[in-house]
Amino acid sequence: MTWEPRPVPDVTPETEPFWKGASEGRLLLSECQDCGLVYHYPRVLCPDCFSEDVEWLEADGEGEVYSYSVTRTMSGWPKEDLPLVVAYVELDEGPRLMTNIQADQDVVDVGTRVTVRFKETETNDIAIPVFVPISAER
Amino acid sequence: MAANEPVYIAGAFEHPTREAPDKSEMQLHAEVAKGALDDAGLPKADVDAFFTAGVPEYEFALSPLVVADYLGLDVSYADTTDYGGSSYIAHVGHAASAIRDGKCDVALVTLAGRPRSRGQATGSGARELRTMQDSFERIYGATNISMYGMAARRHMHEYGTTPEQLAEVRVAASQHAQYNDQAMYQDPVTVEDVVESKVVADPLHLLDCCVISDGGGALVIVSEDARAELNRKCVEVLGHGESPSHHDAGRIDLTTTGAVQSGRRAFEEAGLAPEHVDYASIYDSFTITVLEAIEDLGFCAKGEGGEFIEGGTLQAPDGDLPFNTDGGGLCSNHPANRGGMTKVVEAVRQLRGEANPEVQVDADVAIAHGTGGSIATRHGAATVVLGGEDR
Repeated sequence: MTWEPRPVPDVTPETEPFWKGASEGRLLLSECQDCGLVYHYPRVLCPDCFSEDVEWLEADGEGEVYSYSVTRTMSGWPKEDLPLVVAYVELDEGPRLMTNIQADQDVVDVGTRVTVRFKETETNDIAIPVFVPISAER
Repeated sequence: MAANEPVYIAGAFEHPTREAPDKSEMQLHAEVAKGALDDAGLPKADVDAFFTAGVPEYEFALSPLVVADYLGLDVSYADTTDYGGSSYIAHVGHAASAIRDGKCDVALVTLAGRPRSRGQATGSGARELRTMQDSFERIYGATNISMYGMAARRHMHEYGTTPEQLAEVRVAASQHAQYNDQAMYQDPVTVEDVVESKVVADPLHLLDCCVISDGGGALVIVSEDARAELNRKCVEVLGHGESPSHHDAGRIDLTTTGAVQSGRRAFEEAGLAPEHVDYASIYDSFTITVLEAIEDLGFCAKGEGGEFIEGGTLQAPDGDLPFNTDGGGLCSNHPANRGGMTKVVEAVRQLRGEANPEVQVDADVAIAHGTGGSIATRHGAATVVLGGEDR
């Protein structure tokens, strides 16, 4: 993937800590202090028990590919950024989040262990998490 | 009205156009509304309830109000439940409930749109950040096709489903489309044609994806009293179920859809089971959409869909589960990127004996099932069980 910097997500009051955390190299999840659910994306109420007692949990940033698809053509996306690996990564903390795998598609499979990296956006204090295969890092 | 009062689909109309560069979206709504009322044999003045959803050229602009205004409708009941393409199947159930509640007697449901003429690259277009969730999804270049591709990949991983098995869905649809003069793609294709077609977002190929078409459709749903006045074969609404499904706080299961709930509820209400179904209209945005729906509706066990559809199961008139005999969204029509309406229309044709003769099934019970939105994020599932008049 070569498209840098990435476009800026819509930042809302309850998601701003997530995006700012990413700009500091931290992957933040939400953890319900009442029922213990660790969830993604951020919400002010626990989507299981509706508790307002929700805190940020810094994830280790590792997990495995739950599924993925490789987009070959896409209107409105920079051609040099294709093919693009879109994936759901299941984090070790539990939640599955949609992301990109920044790697050649032939080293990505369901179950591939991955670790988080952060991509700058057009705004200094907002970054987005993407993942790379751990094996490729060694 | 009693809770078990029979309710009927009296009119069904599919716009013949697949490309409408010289018409407005409102004009298409009007043409399908007139088509369905003419089919039922009812004047516009009898319409006292109106249902529509997803008027794309007027996004967030109060769909039922702008369309009802254009049509000059004088109604006492309206609903714009929007589950994407499954909306119009949900509307059938909502109309039936409203009629049974005595809120109305004649309900009109319309769908229209012009994505083809507007040059929309449906399914392969990059991010448009409209909802807060989009910032966690479409920011990554997730397209409709890549999201369904992820579902297909996971299904293949868990159950050993193959691209060739998915291709069987397209093959069956194309076999039916050859008899439909209005179908966008009328040439039968083989499994090899599908798996050798261009990969768009693997494991999905170009021929795993539905068409992009302009046009629309409409339905007229009536009470028992209104039906008694009509000289038209009608179709009974026997059962309805629906289910909005979502990301589930990060626990999304890409192999399962809301059809598990919507199908169960629809069959329960009808007092019937999958083995009673003679014909199935199943939303076919992509081949994987059909495969997962077949499993989730209970036509086979979870994970066995690939094997189930091999060998012509879906092909009319002789397969065990003839489906989408108009060619479906894969080959014929996917008006306004929303295929639920045409699913009901073809089920009505089958139950009235008005399908193309080469694919006409001896059907007493049919289902129409929709999956709208994206099965990889949020989707609505809606199912209706329909019965023929002479069953």
